[in-house]
Amino acid sequence: MPEHRIITRRLRDVPQSWTLDAALSDGAYQAARKALAMEPSAVQEEVKTAGLRGRGGAGFPTGVKWGFLPEGSFPRYLVVNCDEGEPCTFKDRELTAQDPHQLIEGIIIASWALGVHKAFVYLRGEFAEPFDRLFDAVQDCKARGILGDRVLDTDFSLDIVCHRGAGAYICGEETALIESLEGERGMPRIKPPFPAIAGLYAKPTVVNNVETLSTVPHIVSRGGEWYSGLGYERSTGTRVVSLAGHVNRPGNYEIEFGCTFRDIIEEYGGGVRDGRAIKFVIPGGASSQWLVDADLDAIYDFEVAAGLGVMLGSGSFMVFDETTDPVQMAWRLAKFFSHESCGKCTPCREGTGWINKILYRILNGYGRPNDWDLLLQVGGQISPGVTKAPFAGTTICPLGPSCVAPVASLLKYFEDDVTSRLRDSSVGDLIPVVNADATVHDADAEVESHV
Amino acid sequence: MSVFTPRNVERAQALIAQYPEPKSALLPLFHLIQDQDGWVSDESIAEIAALVGCTAAEAQGTMSFYTMYKRQPVGRFLVSVCTCPVSMVHGAYEILHGLEARYAEDPDVTVEEVECNAACDKVPNMQVNYEYHENLTLASAIQIVEEYKSGARVARGISGGRAESGASNA
Ligand SMILES: Cc1cc2nc3c(=O)[nH]c(=O)nc-3n(C[C@H](O)[C@H](O)[C@H](O)COP(=O)(O)O)c2cc1C
Ligand code: SF4
Ligand code: FES
Repeated sequence: MPEHRIITRRLRDVPQSWTLDAALSDGAYQAARKALAMEPSAVQEEVKTAGLRGRGGAGFPTGVKWGFLPEGSFPRYLVVNCDEGEPCTFKDRELTAQDPHQLIEGIIIASWALGVHKAFVYLRGEFAEPFDRLFDAVQDCKARGILGDRVLDTDFSLDIVCHRGAGAYICGEETALIESLEGERGMPRIKPPFPAIAGLYAKPTVVNNVETLSTVPHIVSRGGEWYSGLGYERSTGTRVVSLAGHVNRPGNYEIEFGCTFRDIIEEYGGGVRDGRAIKFVIPGGASSQWLVDADLDAIYDFEVAAGLGVMLGSGSFMVFDETTDPVQMAWRLAKFFSHESCGKCTPCREGTGWINKILYRILNGYGRPNDWDLLLQVGGQISPGVTKAPFAGTTICPLGPSCVAPVASLLKYFEDDVTSRLRDSSVGDLIPVVNADATVHDADAEVESHV
Repeated sequence: MSVFTPRNVERAQALIAQYPEPKSALLPLFHLIQDQDGWVSDESIAEIAALVGCTAAEAQGTMSFYTMYKRQPVGRFLVSVCTCPVSMVHGAYEILHGLEARYAEDPDVTVEEVECNAACDKVPNMQVNYEYHENLTLASAIQIVEEYKSGARVARGISGGRAESGASNA
């Protein structure tokens, strides 16, 4: 199965792909010139026809999102999401560091289509190198008249600001990102109002993912019809899947929607290492429920995934073989969410911490007889029903419910791993004696010191 | 006297000028001072707050949300080991614990556990002052840290700013 080469072509095939000279001799900014000669509405129409869906996680149709900006309300902003904190997602890092000019071209086209004159790229704080590459690329574009007062010799003006966050996964959520960009704590806002109405500085704002915008130049140059002819039903085109875990060839692969989950593992990933059996697959980042081997012949498509109760999310794709302990995995995911909860909603702030601690003590042999019920109860307070995806939520943003996904996956596939550990639990005899009236609470102390 | 060096005063002004609202420059300004000083002091918070026109409490309120900012001096080299799912199943905790033990008494090196570094195809991995080092073993990780200590490798600032400027660019 061939790797596709649309948005990954330049960075794979052109040496020094991140430099302006290499990009220009490879045809960069031709699509931007073409777009600037079109009516903005015609550019929007092309993206709608393409059926492009957001690559940041939610898969929302990009052209439709662009159409939500209220008419006649200015200034308006484009905010580019390069926060990429979802576990096992590493495509935006590669797209930004290796082909910043593709991204800048996408930003120019989107800004023209939307009537934006100032765009912000929010990179996660740890992305020092991608930041430098993008920053230098923007400077080069300013020096060569590709950005600035007269973009590519037109009357259109555009400035791009590169902005680094400072270590907070939640700032990938679009309203938290906007708060952070305003110099606030990165806590999600209650919607409505949606960013399209009142986003950055309370102005109409579009937030798009790096990969989404990197795709736009290709849609403009080859046409929305061409793009919509790729892919599967409503999941048009290609996307970059960040494949990792126990596969022989982990990496970023540009795949066309419509292959199967198994194709991704076998054809792109070269199969599971040492020919081992698959224990489970997490197809959409930490926030997704898991799949097991029997599910893997399903089509890789947004709607098919939803039917299976999972998400394709950010394109993350984790494969774990039979040596993996599902309880340890669930704990590590819960630890992630408990660390990253912004603390604004009580069920998430408290619940993610409890799920983390309960899984930790089960994992380490300190589980208590009713811990399984307790997990489901705490999970149910974040996400009523626990077992039903897409997850309901009592919270402002989906991070809290995401922490319930590993619990629901244990419940669905690996309940025995939990109950057998609880049967063997050593609470009552193996508790480290810390003080005279040592009780079961010392298990908490033990847990605290490790978590 | 500013907490910033004269060159960084200019950088700070340029950062603030990028945004329609000055408070947006808070995160970049904290990166700038942290690259310069290695951490963020109370005096820095007060001055940065004044620069963007908010109170010191507001500036600290923002800053304390983000894990990258250090409120006390750390080692010259900040070693960030990912232990997230993919790294975990490839031995990241052994590397983390090995590095922690090796550098427990070393004032130059601060080892921390971090969430996914977005380098999951090259595990285990770490960043040293936000520069990537991938496909590690404990031995190769230690060797890399030692190369930083000896000067054989040039590190970024403690907040990831460019090595040559010793401070965040922009
Ligand atoms: C907790 C959380 C984290 C998110 N992290 C990211 C991220 O790192 N990058 C991203 O592009 N979108 C992320 N999103 C999705 C964004 O909120 C938003 O939907 C997306 O950036 C929109 O761009 P798109 O339509 O082009 O996908 C996250 C959402 C949530 C709830
Ligand atoms: S669900 Fe969690 S991360 Fe999201 S807003 Fe509420 S507390 Fe913050
Ligand atoms: S899981 Fe360690 S880099 Fe992603």
